[in-house]
Amino acid sequence: MDEELETPRILTRFKSETGEVTGSLLDLPINITVDKLQLICNALLEQDENTPYVFFVNDNEIKGTLGSVIDGEKGGTEQVVDIVYQQQAVFKVRAVTRCTSSIPGHAEAVISVSFSPNGRHLASGSGDTTVRFWDVDTQTPHHTCKGHKNWVLCIAWSPNGARLASGCKSGEILIWDPDTGKQCGQALRGHRQWITSLCWEPFHRNPECRRLASSSKDGDIRIWDAVLGQSLFILTSHTKCVTCIRWGGSGLLYSSSQDRTIKVWRTSDGVMCRTLEGHAHWVNTLALSTDYVLRIGSCDPIQMNTSGKLSPSEVLERYNELHPSSEERLVSGSDDFTLFLWQPESSKKPIARMTGHQQLVNDVKFSPDTRIIASASFDKSIKLWDGRTGKFLAALRGHVQAVYQIAWSADSRLLVSGSADSTLKVWNMETKKIEVDLPGHADEVYAVDWSADGQRVASGGKDKVLKLWQN
Amino acid sequence: MPQNEYIERSRKLHGYRLDYHERKRKKEAREPKKRAKMARKLRGLKAKIFSKQRKNEKIQIKKKIHMHEQRLTKKKEKEVSKGAVPVYLLDRDVQSRAKILSNMIKQKRKEKAGKWDVPIPKVKAQADAEVFRVIRTGKSRRKAWKRMVTKVTFVGEDFTRKPPKFERFIRPMALRFKKAHVTHPELKATFCLPIIGVKRNPNSHMYTTLGVITKGTVIEVNISELGLVTQGGKVVWGKYAQVTNNPENDGCINAVLLV
Repeated sequence: MDEELETPRILTRFKSETGEVTGSLLDLPINITVDKLQLICNALLEQDENTPYVFFVNDNEIKGTLGSVIDGEKGGTEQVVDIVYQQQAVFKVRAVTRCTSSIPGHAEAVISVSFSPNGRHLASGSGDTTVRFWDVDTQTPHHTCKGHKNWVLCIAWSPNGARLASGCKSGEILIWDPDTGKQCGQALRGHRQWITSLCWEPFHRNPECRRLASSSKDGDIRIWDAVLGQSLFILTSHTKCVTCIRWGGSGLLYSSSQDRTIKVWRTSDGVMCRTLEGHAHWVNTLALSTDYVLRIGSCDPIQMNTSGKLSPSEVLERYNELHPSSEERLVSGSDDFTLFLWQPESSKKPIARMTGHQQLVNDVKFSPDTRIIASASFDKSIKLWDGRTGKFLAALRGHVQAVYQIAWSADSRLLVSGSADSTLKVWNMETKKIEVDLPGHADEVYAVDWSADGQRVASGGKDKVLKLWQN
Repeated sequence: MPQNEYIERSRKLHGYRLDYHERKRKKEAREPKKRAKMARKLRGLKAKIFSKQRKNEKIQIKKKIHMHEQRLTKKKEKEVSKGAVPVYLLDRDVQSRAKILSNMIKQKRKEKAGKWDVPIPKVKAQADAEVFRVIRTGKSRRKAWKRMVTKVTFVGEDFTRKPPKFERFIRPMALRFKKAHVTHPELKATFCLPIIGVKRNPNSHMYTTLGVITKGTVIEVNISELGLVTQGGKVVWGKYAQVTNNPENDGCINAVLLV
């Protein structure tokens, strides 16, 4: 009993990420472990089940005991130590470790791969001008959709999962039905050059999923009515190729361009709200903190297998719940090797400028819990940044050539990256190290996607095969 | 000098001469013959000016014909070009990289058999007398067991000489090479790459061990700069190449990469 008395004790208090104090001051022994902290935290927050948490003291994660973090600073017993807790996903996604099937079929390089919002369908676009649907369960081809006249550059699932839009190099957009593999309506014609990006209206804004935005090399952005096949608005203000568009959850459309600007548009009437300037070269890619919520649309990630659909009001509720800070954050990656973090709804000044890459940034993704930003660059590395402040967290090195695309697992604990060195690599966010190396492709990997339910990873590349990976 | 547009005026008042169109047609019909005659007759500077003018005219005619042809023919659907790349690579001029090199197992098997499908299958035999020159030693120059290699050689970094007294083969410094110009047959590009070793000289096993490089020799080169990758995602660094020239004559080594 004497020993217990001798262990130093410390005054602590729990704080949430946003800085709200939870409960009163607590007198804790210094050798308290993370498991016990979790129990206390769960009790304080009055949660029924045992929710996993990660704890931080002054931005240092508590790994073993509380003492290991506090040891360095000799505050004494007088000071109050703030323990910041972050809730982790209740479920865990297992890392993909093996290639369950490599499906040939495409006659040219596979350029884009995408899982449907509920993860039951898989579509791919290729240089052989076809869009193909694949059966995820039997891992066999489902439908081959011919209709495009040139390379299918980008595909996008509607948030209710009932339609797929695909854009080709000659500037046409076609809408497909994933169940029958038939084309719906006429081709959407209007763009004079190739389509660079496609984006559907978020489900909670309009449950019908009618409106679709597309951007093109000719510098235009068009908003279409996918049912009528009409162009509703033509947004022209960019002077060069528009590289990426994102439809935000609050009714704004963000577009990045090679003219070094990011523009914010109001989608209800097509008016440009503001121009975000700061990049010194082409802006290549955009990512929103709400990307994951908007992507899963009407599907419930817990009931993926039963294909349970949520009603529009439930979706809106979940959107507000998962996004309490109410303002979405935007991150942009550029050819000038930097990233910018913006709050595009209110200000045109960036929150942070993230430097460190030695080559252009090709892909940026917010983790589903919006805490981490991952950026893939041609300098063979992936860098991790804090999702709120833009502070540098870690660099993931291991690829021997340019990293093309990255995808997060649904629980934000894993990240998969595809590279020009023909491999995929799975990275662990806890250790910030490589988890699994996945060789198998015979050539560059152009497209990677992790299904929203976390079961599978699909990848396609220059070697014309589509590969599915599972744990 | 004609004053005013009197011809036009006359035409407006009285109409064309009765034989005007007939004469015009005939004149036009005679034109080519007249031209040809002129072309044959002209000499010197005038001929030069004339032919240049005529050439320009012909270019214009051809262009016009071509345009008419285009208008008449139906346009075919444009062929879809090969080598599809994703959107993010469309605006970047990515240089075409060679395919991932044939897989490692195949290469290992070949290595074991010591056989390669090489660009130069047959090589001229090199006689010992041609490669080695006898060096006379001893006080009265009557011993003749020392040899000097008269061909280009590769000597590894870690080579240490034997005591000069017992050194049987001398490889002159001037004929030692460290780099080779290696052509990638698919990329159609040439790189100056460091040599790692001599894999096989088809003439004799002894030449291989000595590092003699003649036409047809298979050498191993360091291609890590090219950034080729295996299926496992590792950088390939050693690769074989066959020498295609006579290095001892040219003063450089040219080789073709064996893919």
